[in-house]
Parts: sequence; C-alpha cells; structure tokens
Amino acid sequence: MGRIVLEKVTKSFGATEVIPPLDLTIEDGEFTVFVGPSGCGKSTLLRLIAGLEDVSSGQISIDGQDATIVPPAKRGLAMVFQSYALYPHMSVRKNIAFPLRMAKLDQAEIDKRVASAASVLNLSDYLDRRPGQLSGGQRQRVAIGRAIVREPAAFLFDEPLSNLDAALRVGMRLEISELHERLKTTMIYVTHDQVEAMTMADKIVVLRAGNIEQVGSPLELYHTPRNQFVAGFIGSPKMNFIAGDEAAKHGAASIGIRPEHITVSDDGGPWSGVVSVSEHLGSDTFFHIHDTGLADTITVRADGEVGFRHGDRVHLTPRDDVIHRFDRNGLRIA
Amino acid sequence: MARSVTTRRKMINTALAWGIGLLIFFPILWTILTSFKTEAQAIANPPIFLNFDWTLENYAVVQERSDYMKFLWNSVIIAGGSTILGIIIAVPAAWSMAFVPSKATKDILLWMLSTKMLPAVGVLYPIYLLFVELGLLDSRAGLVIVMMLINLPIIVWMLYTYFKEIPGEILEAARMDGAELKEEILYVLTPMAVPGIASTILLNFILAWNEAFWTLNLTAVDAAPLTAFIASYSSPEGLFYAKLSAASTMAIAPILILGWFSQKQLVRGLTFGAVK
Repeated sequence: MGRIVLEKVTKSFGATEVIPPLDLTIEDGEFTVFVGPSGCGKSTLLRLIAGLEDVSSGQISIDGQDATIVPPAKRGLAMVFQSYALYPHMSVRKNIAFPLRMAKLDQAEIDKRVASAASVLNLSDYLDRRPGQLSGGQRQRVAIGRAIVREPAAFLFDEPLSNLDAALRVGMRLEISELHERLKTTMIYVTHDQVEAMTMADKIVVLRAGNIEQVGSPLELYHTPRNQFVAGFIGSPKMNFIAGDEAAKHGAASIGIRPEHITVSDDGGPWSGVVSVSEHLGSDTFFHIHDTGLADTITVRADGEVGFRHGDRVHLTPRDDVIHRFDRNGLRIA
Repeated sequence: MARSVTTRRKMINTALAWGIGLLIFFPILWTILTSFKTEAQAIANPPIFLNFDWTLENYAVVQERSDYMKFLWNSVIIAGGSTILGIIIAVPAAWSMAFVPSKATKDILLWMLSTKMLPAVGVLYPIYLLFVELGLLDSRAGLVIVMMLINLPIIVWMLYTYFKEIPGEILEAARMDGAELKEEILYVLTPMAVPGIASTILLNFILAWNEAFWTLNLTAVDAAPLTAFIASYSSPEGLFYAKLSAASTMAIAPILILGWFSQKQLVRGLTFGAVK
C-alpha cells in the first residue's frame, strides 16, 4: 500500500515561501512524476514527503495515517538520490543490506533478500565490491537495490538519472519503468526532463514556483494543457506561441500550435517564412522558420526526408483542429 | 597540457626536499647528539659534530636526579585526557555546525578561533587566580581542563572541516533506510570520518604534549609534565647543556616515535579537503 495525501502543505525557508498551500493525492501503485524547471520546488516537495524537510504547515498522510511529524526512518518510504548516496565504506552487499539491518531482520532473511534484489538488478557479480569500484549505472542500480529490499510503501526518486550519460539514461529509464510494472508500488519521481516525465508517468504534476500548474496523464497534458506554461513545458520541441492578429482571428489573446501540427511545403499555405536552421535527426527534421510575421521563430517538425535548406522560402499550414487558444492571463480557452 | 617531469628535475626536487627536511630536523639532531657529549664538549667552540667521546653519563645523571616516569605519566594524562575530553565535546559541536548550520554558525566558528589569537599570558592572571580559588593548582585535572579549553577551537575546526566533506545526502540516505540518529552516527558518519577523527586526536595530542606555557605556570611538583622536566635543567646556576639535551631527548622521544609511526595519517589529516 502507498497512498499519499498532501493537504494544504506549505514550506518556507525563513521568510521565503517555496511551497504555497498545496493539495495533492497520489494513489496507491501510481507512477507520479513531479516535473518543472529548476527551482520550482519539486525536490523540496519530495523531501517534505520523505520527511527530510519539515512542513511549515499542513498535513501529509501515508495510507491514511498522519505522517506529518513522523521521522523519515519511520515513514516506510525508500529514496533514490541523484548522487546515489551509497555508503562508500561498505560493500555493495552491505549497502543493500543496510535498511534490513536497521529493520533488525535476521541474517538468513537479509541474505535471501539481498540475493534476490541483486539478481533482479544484475548485481550478483559485484556484491563484494565497494561503490567506488562501480560505474555510474551500476551505482544507480545499487541505490535502487537498497530501496527495493525493504519493500517500502512508496519509492521516491530525486532526479536519479541526471548524472548518467544519455545512452545509459534511456536504459535506466526503461529499467525503472519495468520495475514499476513488476512491483506495482507507488513511485514518485522528480525530474526536470519532460521526456522522462512523458515516457514514465501515469500521472504528471507540473510545478512552477511551488504551485501545481496541472495534474494529469501525459496525454492529457499534451492535448489539453491548462495554461500556456504547461503547454510550453510539455512537448518537444516546444509549442509555438503566436499573439496579435493571428490569435485574434481565433478569438484568443494568444494561440499555441505544436511543431508536429504544422505542415511545411513550397507550394502554398496560409503562413510563409524563411528557413533559418534545419536540424536533421534522420527520422525527423526540425525547421526553425524566421520572417513569418507571427513570432520570432516558428518551429516545424517534418518528415526526415523533407529537405529545405537555410534561406529557402517556405509555406506553412497549421492543423486548425489542434490549435490551443489562451486568454490574456495565459489560461486555456475551452 | 601535461607537464613533463624529467628524471633530472625529479632528482633536484628530491635533493631539495631532503635538504629542507634536514634543515628543519637539525636542531633535534643536534639536541640528540649533544645529549651524548660531556658538558665540556657540549659547549666546545668550534662545535664538535660527531668525533666526540660518546657517553651515556648525562642520561644516568638525569635519571638519578629526577623521576622521569612520573613526568612522562603526567604528560600522558594531560595530553591524552585533554584530547579525549576535547573530542567528546567537539564531535557533537562539529556535527551540529556541519549538518544543521544556523545563521550564527560561521560567527561561532570565527569567534572560537579568535580565542587562539589572544596571547596566553593575557589570561594567565585570571586563570591562575581561578586555579588558586578552586584548588586546581598543580593538579592533573586542572591541566587537563586548561589544555582541553586551549585546543578545543582547533579540534572543533578540524572535525567541522572533515564532517563538511561528508555529503549530507549519505546521512539522509541512512535516515531513509531506517537508521535512527544513534545508528546514523555509529554506522555511517563515524566510519566515514575515522581518518579525520584520528588525525585530529593525533595532532591535538602532540600540541598538548608540547605545550609549555600553561604546564610551566600552573604546575610545580605533582602534576609537572615533561615540559617542566626539561625546564628544570635550564637552571641559572650553571651551564648543563649536555644534561639539558639528555632531558629534552627523553621528553621528545615518545612523541617523536608516535609522530614517526603515524606520519601518513598526519599528512593526510593536515591536507584533507585540499585535494579532492
């Protein structure tokens, strides 16, 4: 079990309020991702749930029990840190066994659980090494191993992949997703990377300056962002925003159109501009178009075969059915 | 760009290091050599370096005249006691300053250090009077307390520096893993801080062993450590260079041996945090 409820939780450091009153429910078994730009309070929120920071006011309950003032050791949660935070003086075996030792389990049970966690995470051959002798990916697996052995109510991940190189990151992302499929335990995952959020989450919580901007499934956030901030944050490349007359035509203060929802051609369309940069990814090509008279740059996602070059004049056709409209305050117009 | 270190350059560096090392060591070497000379040879001009009549007479006389073991024991008690007491007080202090700092932490650290800038003689009078009042004069307990207070700022500073090097996330991980404060300190912090704690103990033991202002001013007979033992041979009645040297050699021998065997630890301790 691992249902976590936050009610009117706030956090201030001195006079600075980093989390204004916030309500959030994380259902049992859910993979929830906190995402937002750096400094948005997502890590602080995770640390409040972990108990590593005290809330300034409000209540946190875990499985119906008030956990607001329960110390971290007693909350039954496990955490994986960005820096791995392994115990450098202990072998991999002892690192993984540490939470079980703290729980005063008998040695036979500890050995059994460590062996099973090690085999799940492909660490069996490294059990007698020290963390210093492992690669970044292996260290992260040890940190995950240390978290899973104690069968926690929920896992908390604090940007666990940001110290890994790109290839390893994709691999570990899959491993964590598979782990969630297998364990079905509640997971809360903090990241600033919207790709991680989109690919892993059941539920995404978008944060800005300590406020929840929107909560929803990845596709809900993609299709119906509640405001301009969420619209711009979710999706890659970023959504194009157009204000002025073009927006007024749609009865909005500004409109947003995703790069994948614009067709680029050389034979006509409502908008036109000059190709500034084209980024070829092989499967796709991203064109950055200037001189459209709509915005500084319009980004378009096209098929990898489309071959416009710098300086070419092109025509753009947006898909009218997926234009997002926002009012003067940046809120979505339904 | 890698800097190429040639063999020639290495040799020059090595020779230079040895030269400076010997220069620093020379007074100690001279003291040891003098302790084996006769009083006449000890003050000979020009000085005799090696070709003198080696004698153990000075040691015999020193041994006969004073009870070396008593002074040694007092030194061990005072240096050891003040260091242990200091560590017991400094570990929690450094712990809280390193891991739960407040706005005042930096000021407290600087203020503590500033007490080391005060000339000791400036507080001799009040402390002497306090000792008289409390009946601590010429007692080992009194010396342990004074030595501890004098070295406490250094102990706290050193431990604070070592603790700062330990990433807070590791301690938080221990907390998340279910460790209580006691277990966190016992199983995680202490094993990680052992090198730092060890070199702090070592350095402070040496400092307390060699301290000669308070030990000379606050002791007479009962609590007199080896510093007082040396001083008793520099008497105004006559020149006893050879005997003074013999006493000095006996006084510094234990700490010299301790330092020699723990030099690796000491060097690591003193340069800890400089290179990461």
